[in-house]
Amino acid sequence: MSLDVNTIFQIAGIGIIVAMIQTVLKQMGKDDWAQWVTLIGFIVILYMAATLIDDLFERIKQVFLYM
Amino acid sequence: MDILQIVGLGLSVTFLTLILKQRNPVFALVVSLIAGVFILLMMIDQIRLVMEMLKNMAQTAHLNNVYVATILKIIGIAYISEFGAQIAKDAGQGSMAGKIELAGKLIILVMAIPILTAIVETVMNLMPQVGGG
Repeated sequence: MSLDVNTIFQIAGIGIIVAMIQTVLKQMGKDDWAQWVTLIGFIVILYMAATLIDDLFERIKQVFLYM
Repeated sequence: MDILQIVGLGLSVTFLTLILKQRNPVFALVVSLIAGVFILLMMIDQIRLVMEMLKNMAQTAHLNNVYVATILKIIGIAYISEFGAQIAKDAGQGSMAGKIELAGKLIILVMAIPILTAIVETVMNLMPQVGGG
């Protein structure tokens, strides 16, 4: 059971930091940059999530769908 | 103790999601999705044990292999579609959750067609021929 639970906290940390950067950039008046930061953070997180979901689906295929 | 790990993970993810939801709802949703994936990954070894037991019992009873494989696939489809539907419901997309569940039900129904046909044929063979046949 050596699953890496750190990924969840990593993602939550990325979310909080991106929110902070967004607030700072908005207060500086650079709304378009804030938008880009949010988008790129979201893409990074989505990539990590996709990797994990792929892992889960492969396992499910192994357990349920072989024979 | 797996259950302690899972409950602790679930509680901490719940509070993290509460914090994240005020600032970035999408990120909160991704965090809860990944927590769900992790919990399923932890549970999949247990599910594998149960499936092995079912397969062994079926082999002892000399069941047809095709039917057992179909039943296992149906259970898997039920788990996966339930998981996806719950994620969609969490995001507030109730209609998308309904569609995922509908697709799961339909696929299960289609996969059960051979079993249903076999049952109907058996029953028809058992019944005495009615109507002067």
